[in-house]
Amino acid sequence: MDAKADVRQGTLALMILKTLESMGPLHGYGIARRIERTSGNLLSLNYGTLYPALLKLEQEGSIASAWGVSENNRKAKFYRLTRAGRKQIAKEARDWEQTAAILARFLSPTEDPV
Amino acid sequence: MKPLRAWARRLAGLFGHGRRDSELAAEIHSHLQLHIDDNLRAGMSPEQARRDAVLKLGGMDPTMEEYRARTTVPVLEHLLQDGRFALRQLRKNPVFTSTAILMLALGVCASVAIFAFVDAALIQPLPYRNPSRLAGVYESAPKCPQCNLSYQDYLDWKKLNHVFVSLEAYNNTGFIVTTAGGAQPAHAARVSAGFFRALGVVTALGRDFYAGEDLAGARRTVMLSDAMWHKRYGGKPDVVGQPVTLDGAPYTVIGVLPRDFHFAPAGSAEYWATLDASGQCEQRRGCHNLYGVARLKDGVSLQAALADTTLIARQLERQYPDTNRGQGANVAPLTAVITGDIRPILLVLLGGAALLLLIACVNIASLLLVRSESRRREMAVRSALGASRVRLVSQFVTEGLVLVACGGLLGLISAAWSMRLLSSLIPAEMAARMPFLQTLGLNGRVSAFAFAIALLAAMLFAFTPALRLSFAEIREGLVEGSRGSAGNTWRRVGSKLVVLELATAMVLLVGAGLLGQSLYRLLHVETGFQPDHLVTLEVAAPPSSYGKDPQAVALARQIVSRVANMPGVKHAALVSVLPVNFNGNTDWIRFVGKPYSGEHNEVNQRDVSSDIFATLGARLLRGRYFTDADDQSKPMVAIINQTLARKYFPGEDPIGKQYGDISLSPKSIRTIVGMVDDIREGQLDSDIWPAEYLPFNQSPDTYFNLIVRTSQEGESILPSLSATIRDIDRGIVALGGSSMEKRILDSPAAYLRRSSAWLVGGFAALALLLGVVGLYGVVAYSVSQRTREIGVRMALGAEPGMVHRLILKEAGWLTAAGIFMGLAGSLAATTLMRNLLFGIQSWDVITLLVVAAVLGAASLLASYIPARRAASVNPVDALRAE
Repeated sequence: MDAKADVRQGTLALMILKTLESMGPLHGYGIARRIERTSGNLLSLNYGTLYPALLKLEQEGSIASAWGVSENNRKAKFYRLTRAGRKQIAKEARDWEQTAAILARFLSPTEDPV
Repeated sequence: MKPLRAWARRLAGLFGHGRRDSELAAEIHSHLQLHIDDNLRAGMSPEQARRDAVLKLGGMDPTMEEYRARTTVPVLEHLLQDGRFALRQLRKNPVFTSTAILMLALGVCASVAIFAFVDAALIQPLPYRNPSRLAGVYESAPKCPQCNLSYQDYLDWKKLNHVFVSLEAYNNTGFIVTTAGGAQPAHAARVSAGFFRALGVVTALGRDFYAGEDLAGARRTVMLSDAMWHKRYGGKPDVVGQPVTLDGAPYTVIGVLPRDFHFAPAGSAEYWATLDASGQCEQRRGCHNLYGVARLKDGVSLQAALADTTLIARQLERQYPDTNRGQGANVAPLTAVITGDIRPILLVLLGGAALLLLIACVNIASLLLVRSESRRREMAVRSALGASRVRLVSQFVTEGLVLVACGGLLGLISAAWSMRLLSSLIPAEMAARMPFLQTLGLNGRVSAFAFAIALLAAMLFAFTPALRLSFAEIREGLVEGSRGSAGNTWRRVGSKLVVLELATAMVLLVGAGLLGQSLYRLLHVETGFQPDHLVTLEVAAPPSSYGKDPQAVALARQIVSRVANMPGVKHAALVSVLPVNFNGNTDWIRFVGKPYSGEHNEVNQRDVSSDIFATLGARLLRGRYFTDADDQSKPMVAIINQTLARKYFPGEDPIGKQYGDISLSPKSIRTIVGMVDDIREGQLDSDIWPAEYLPFNQSPDTYFNLIVRTSQEGESILPSLSATIRDIDRGIVALGGSSMEKRILDSPAAYLRRSSAWLVGGFAALALLLGVVGLYGVVAYSVSQRTREIGVRMALGAEPGMVHRLILKEAGWLTAAGIFMGLAGSLAATTLMRNLLFGIQSWDVITLLVVAAVLGAASLLASYIPARRAASVNPVDALRAE
């Protein structure tokens, strides 16, 4: 358990968006479980922190929400990706790849002694 | 775009965020249910399933906080909270709240209303193109720095000057308009053809005058004011080209002036015709009946224009020594010509309103200070419970804002109302002279002014109590029964504020006192006649029917005899110009048998019917009055006033002496047959000029004023007077009927002082009231702070009388300081308004003493109440109180 990583600043939004892209409309609990599973149970996620992030995305117009009924007949609020959200994914993914690539350059010399 | 949208949602979240909270709660509930379902399916016990779900969700408090911060804007949220709290606080204390709001509303109302007048009169640009380049142009004479031009001189000035793009001329006149419903009087102006082009005024309809349309022989054309166009022609565009009969002559309407056009020197002129180049006066260089208005060439200053016109005047003086001797030139900015004497009065009033606002603000600030004192405990508790200093200060700021918002709004509404009231109180004749007041209203500039003073007040109210809030004191507030230094600090600050208030009230009271006395002295100035029981009526007969002298004389005789025989009429007479009006309509005279070197002996000329002096109640000093028989078939005669006799016949008997025009032409020679005591022909505050009274029958006119001495009071006879005149000829118009006393009261010199005395007096009364209330507040507060001290003193044997003295001494010092400061302020302020004073010095000792006494008495009364309360304190209660 103590080997689990915290969610990095700014990455949660992209994870939510990606999850909604691949899974379609989903409720908060579903998104949380899906993120955990996708990360191979390597992430330590307090489910509660998801909700402010969802609200922010909704306010920015990347996702929209509506109350519905879950597969086992529970009332739940479902989130879905909007068209603006899809564009946002492309942009954020690009940004993230760029950041990762830059970081990779910094990290590589330690494996490659001068 | 994205952050914008998010902000919009967050702002929307300010309202009904209770709904959002419950929605989040529902969502979290459903989340837990889903998780528990899963856990149960995974084989956990119900209790374990629930525990695990809650643990995984994590602590909800920070989440909720973050969620809520995201749904709204925290700063605004706090502000709203503060606002609601402030409203609750203010509602809880209705006496304080309504007093503060009323005082502020009063201050805002007075200053905004007066500023609106200042704006309309002095700030708003005149409705002309580039008005700062326009100038009024005058001939000047020794007694008359801004006098009319003669037509001949005007033509020469126009031709010879090098400084004006154009020089135009105008004068006021009246027309008798022939309509289907009979003859109607109308205000009118005659202007040179380029007049509107020089002002840069473009007609709203039709065309302007052509160049040369003002020359003799041109077709007679006329332009209409917007008001007349709507009144008589219903605003129909086909008015252009229509014929209209003015003074019996045919004119053609060629255009309509724009709605916002006004030209104060021409009053409320409804018909604008061209100059009458073939008129009798226009033929004579010595007959001055025009005013000039000019547009300066680029780069030419007023001084340069004055120098150039003065040079021309000198040249004309050499060329025409008879008529132009001593005739100089004067050029003044047109803006000054138009706003005239109203400028100093408005500035005095604005000063008064500003002082009133200052007192109101100081009073409210001190009330807020007292309140902040009594709320130290509350502040300390809030601070101890974790409220940050910023939150505490913002509470005061919010309360200040709420007060200012309410007071400001109320003030603004009442200002709009007072503006309408004040402008409706201006007599019509005065209003016609100030057409720029039509633009009076809550325009952008006035609103900006109101906003600015509201902002200043808000800052004052917010920061006065907030500044008093320091950490040390906040903590101190919690200590039971603490008093510390705070009470004393406030006593020092508050008493300084009260001194300022009393001083301000003193300045206003002195101003009002001096203005009131000026008015009284002005109205009691010796007029040389008895104005009670006199009514006057202007009469204009059409020149087409009465233009010949015998016709005018016959008409005058008929009117006087018909009116004199009406019931309730004691005397009736005619006069060319009513008394208490203006010095002007002058004649240049030369005495037979006295040395003459071409100087202009300028005297007021008044053409009067035989009964005039009996009607007016004037005093004959020597010789005889006119009789009806003094007409053109008899030798020419004149009656002079005492000033003329004193000036030109010192130590001689003027009766029987002769004089004539400047060339002593035989036709003009008159014999002086009588001398009357001076009658005030000019305004009440202007000098007596030498005057000659000539028999109407020897120089008749179709325009004159009827003066009637009645047996009953007031103007009740006016309708039957007009009817009598209409009965003689329906083509004659009678207008401007009024009692003489009302005319004098409404005359510009009296009106300006009357209105300013009333307004400043009103301000002063309010200032006195507010200042005394402020003093009462300070003394009462001081007494409440010193209750224990007084208790100790009394327990140790102090008599009530000593306690009285203790409190009154404190109040006495404050009052004395206020009066002393006010004295210094009054001397400065009243020096600024000495132009408005009449017959009284700005340092009038009696006024200063009386005002100081009134202020002292009022202050004593205000401090007596708390002093009595202090003296009646029961020492035991006082000592136990803490």
